[in-house]
Amino acid sequence: MKIATKFLGEIEIVEKDILTFEHGLLGLEEHKKFILLPISEEHPLVLLQSVENGEIGFVVAYPFAFKKDYTFDLSEEDLEQLQIENEEDVLTYAVVTMKETLQDSTINLLAPLVINMEKKYGKQIVLQDSKAFPLRFPMQTLEGSAK
Amino acid sequence: MLVLSRKKDESIMVGDHIEIKILAVEGEQIKLGIVAPKTVKVHRSEVFEAIQAQNKEALSTSPIFLEQLKKK
Repeated sequence: MKIATKFLGEIEIVEKDILTFEHGLLGLEEHKKFILLPISEEHPLVLLQSVENGEIGFVVAYPFAFKKDYTFDLSEEDLEQLQIENEEDVLTYAVVTMKETLQDSTINLLAPLVINMEKKYGKQIVLQDSKAFPLRFPMQTLEGSAK
Repeated sequence: MLVLSRKKDESIMVGDHIEIKILAVEGEQIKLGIVAPKTVKVHRSEVFEAIQAQNKEALSTSPIFLEQLKKK
């Protein structure tokens, strides 16, 4: 099927790649069907695009590329909701807030997106607020870690 | 909304497993103790509101950023 995207024009996608976020993202609960599309070869950035609304697309990134010691535990509830059986099926992304320059851009480590790539379920989870998981973590380390 | 009055060291039960206790009242500030199973997530409401706002801000990214990437 063909979908409109926020930055990449019209794109042909395979329906089996569609991810279901049953609760949407926080504040945007009405959008539940997304797809991951690569944005750039040189940077670890991906577009999480709504398949129903071209305007709804988030730039997301691997949090580990920016903070190497980024780890958290998933609750029983999250494991159940996402039907996670194997750790290897899980991908974690963080929402990027892009500003005019990469230096000013930030990545949200407080509320990562956890995706079960096997079952195609995703959820934005909220970590216990702590200094280790900032809502606006600066992206300035991008260039060094992108390679 | 259910409204209950409580004094210091008194508590309320939410369901069978969640206890919320008033630990201290200092002027405008109230210190709460929350005893809940690990599966129950407890967050300050502002945290949720801040994340909602951040998601919306992230959504307003303009395609200009793609040009920025290419320049690098």
